Amino acid sequence: MAELQLRDIRKSFGAFDVIKGVSMDIRAGEFMVFVGPSGCGKSTLLRLIAGLEEISSGTLAFDGEVVNHLVPSKRGIAMVFQSYALYPHMTVFENMAFGMQLAGKDKEQCRKRVEAAAEMLQLTPYLERLPRQLSGGQRQRVAIGRAIVRDPKVFLFDEPLSNLDAALRVATRIEIARLHRSMHKTTMIYVTHDQVEAMTLADRICVLRDGRVEQIGTPLELYENPNSVFVAGFIGSPKMNFLSGPFAALYEAETIGIRAEHLEIAEDGQWAGTVIHSEMLGSDSYIYLDIGAGEPVIVRENGTSRHQPGETVRILPEAGQIHSFDAAGRSIGRHIMRGAA
Amino acid sequence: MTDLTVADARAALAHPSHINSDLKAQRVRSAWVFLAPTLMVLALVAGWPLVRTIYFSFTDASLTNLGGAEFVGFQNYLSWITLKSGRTIYKGLLADPAWWNAVWNTLKFTVISVSIETALGLVVALVLNAHFPGRGLVRAAILIPWAIPTIVSAKMWAWMLNDQFGILNEIFVGLGLISQKIAWTASPDTAMVAVLIVDVWKTTPFMALLILAGLQMVPIDIYEAAKIDGVHPIRVFWRVTLPLIRPALMVAVIFRMLDALRIFDLIYVLTPNNAQTKTMSVLARENLFDFDKFAYGAAASTMLFLIIASITVLYMWFGRVNFEGGER
Ligand SMILES: Nc1ncnc2c1ncn2[C@@H]1O[C@H](COP(=O)(O)OP(=O)(O)OP(=O)(O)O)[C@@H](O)[C@H]1O
Ligand SMILES: [Mg+2]
Repeated sequence: MAELQLRDIRKSFGAFDVIKGVSMDIRAGEFMVFVGPSGCGKSTLLRLIAGLEEISSGTLAFDGEVVNHLVPSKRGIAMVFQSYALYPHMTVFENMAFGMQLAGKDKEQCRKRVEAAAEMLQLTPYLERLPRQLSGGQRQRVAIGRAIVRDPKVFLFDEPLSNLDAALRVATRIEIARLHRSMHKTTMIYVTHDQVEAMTLADRICVLRDGRVEQIGTPLELYENPNSVFVAGFIGSPKMNFLSGPFAALYEAETIGIRAEHLEIAEDGQWAGTVIHSEMLGSDSYIYLDIGAGEPVIVRENGTSRHQPGETVRILPEAGQIHSFDAAGRSIGRHIMRGAA
Repeated sequence: MTDLTVADARAALAHPSHINSDLKAQRVRSAWVFLAPTLMVLALVAGWPLVRTIYFSFTDASLTNLGGAEFVGFQNYLSWITLKSGRTIYKGLLADPAWWNAVWNTLKFTVISVSIETALGLVVALVLNAHFPGRGLVRAAILIPWAIPTIVSAKMWAWMLNDQFGILNEIFVGLGLISQKIAWTASPDTAMVAVLIVDVWKTTPFMALLILAGLQMVPIDIYEAAKIDGVHPIRVFWRVTLPLIRPALMVAVIFRMLDALRIFDLIYVLTPNNAQTKTMSVLARENLFDFDKFAYGAAASTMLFLIIASITVLYMWFGRVNFEGGER
């Protein structure tokens, strides 16, 4: 069990500021996900927590105790790297046992822990293999196993799934979710730029943008009440539709946003548009409409769409699902009424 | 990679098909086309002299009469006559104490110099692999001893080691380390030491650079994983770094070893005519050109070739060097 307090953490590489004052509390046993676009500083923040990079200013505390100057091995953390970072010349067993053998644990106890972790991750048949004799997914599991064996208070993941193919990514994601349930006392911090991973795994998500925290909240909070255009656009798939100019002026906002699932095609719809493209995914379809705004508006329909490109249809936003934002991109609330009169 | 190609080849052998064999024939052909120029040049500049040397070692050739050389069998290597008194007298290279002295000198020089250079090279490479300001400059600077031609550095050191005017004697006497000036290059006790000092000075940078190349292949995140595992840096070196750079290290050691086994120029300039430092190459040259025992020198050269070749094969076998990296 460990809770983390980050207070105005900053990090610069030379003259280049990467983390520009991050404060947050991560609760004990929580699954916290850092998301954000490439280069926003997610990995750097994680590495600061791990102790692999030195914090330029601010304090980092584990359970109230400042750890800024503790070396990584003294922080009670374990980390799973994007590139796995396995020792290529050691077997799976040795990879998992290497750190522990040194901690002065006796051989028998060490073997038991490795075997338990291997069992949990279905790695038992591969214990004597070298990393290069394993598939990508198996290697990733070894990396996770090596972290589990350390019995950490805080578990750090840096994009652990990004080198896996789509099917394996889903399977491993489920495995990580299961891992979190079985290690419910362990705080987990997970970095990804994939918002689906963030939504499915997180207890809470922290959206980072350019070295700053944009918003922290549960997946649903971020989905339902994004506090900026940036978060609204980042969370949810497909991306939220944004309208500005005369469309937004009606709602006394600079920009309004409506998700594809909150638009329906209806005779009495508020806006008219031409179908320019449709994507059928089987369970539902996405229809791209040109309503005279800059970008096409995406509308979700259940099942298979009957609308053909070139057709003109009208769309209606669902009540209370129009997000409005001011000129600075900050949220100014949601509209309760169904469309504007 | 290798596994794949071997498997491919097996599959191709097991299921011969025209397409496959055509493709294979074509690849074999282009391989030969690309190799041919290199093989030709090698045959001309290495193969032919080697064959000639081996041939001369079985003749009674002399420098003045190469054309009229006659075949004498193994006489240059070993021959014996039994006297009436029943005593057998052995002659030839293998019975020549000067030769065995040269072999011993060469091996001693090789083992000591390569060991010191490997250890020092490793230390230098580890330092150069760390991040510090001015690293590029230091990397370039450290190569200077290697870039100076051996003859020049040998002359330079000969002056520094000079018994009367050398700066080393000056410094050592001044510091009170030695009571009287030492004739470093001439004295039998110190000649080999002098040669070793100069060789280590000259070739450690080369070793360091080869090892550095190996070090840079080790991914950084492995070190980070070890940091999180809390492994002591010294242990990381023995258990992680060293095993991972072993292939590079082995190659570097082979390079240096081959070089050291045929050492000639440094000794020829620094300690000429000193029995303590006379190596196989020096002895061979002496016989070939100074003593007019051309065939005998050719025999020594041939033996030198055989010794180097067999040491290399043994080393590669025991060291399990796999030039594609990793274990065999
Ligand atoms: N060691 C370093 N020296 C200088 N700049 C660095 C260093 N490490 C990271 N940066 C810079 O810091 C910024 C944030 O990097 P970081 O790796 O944290 O991004 P990220 O959010 O993890 O991105 P990605 O999703 O692509 O992994 C980048 O602009 C990067 O160039
Ligand atoms: Mg990253």
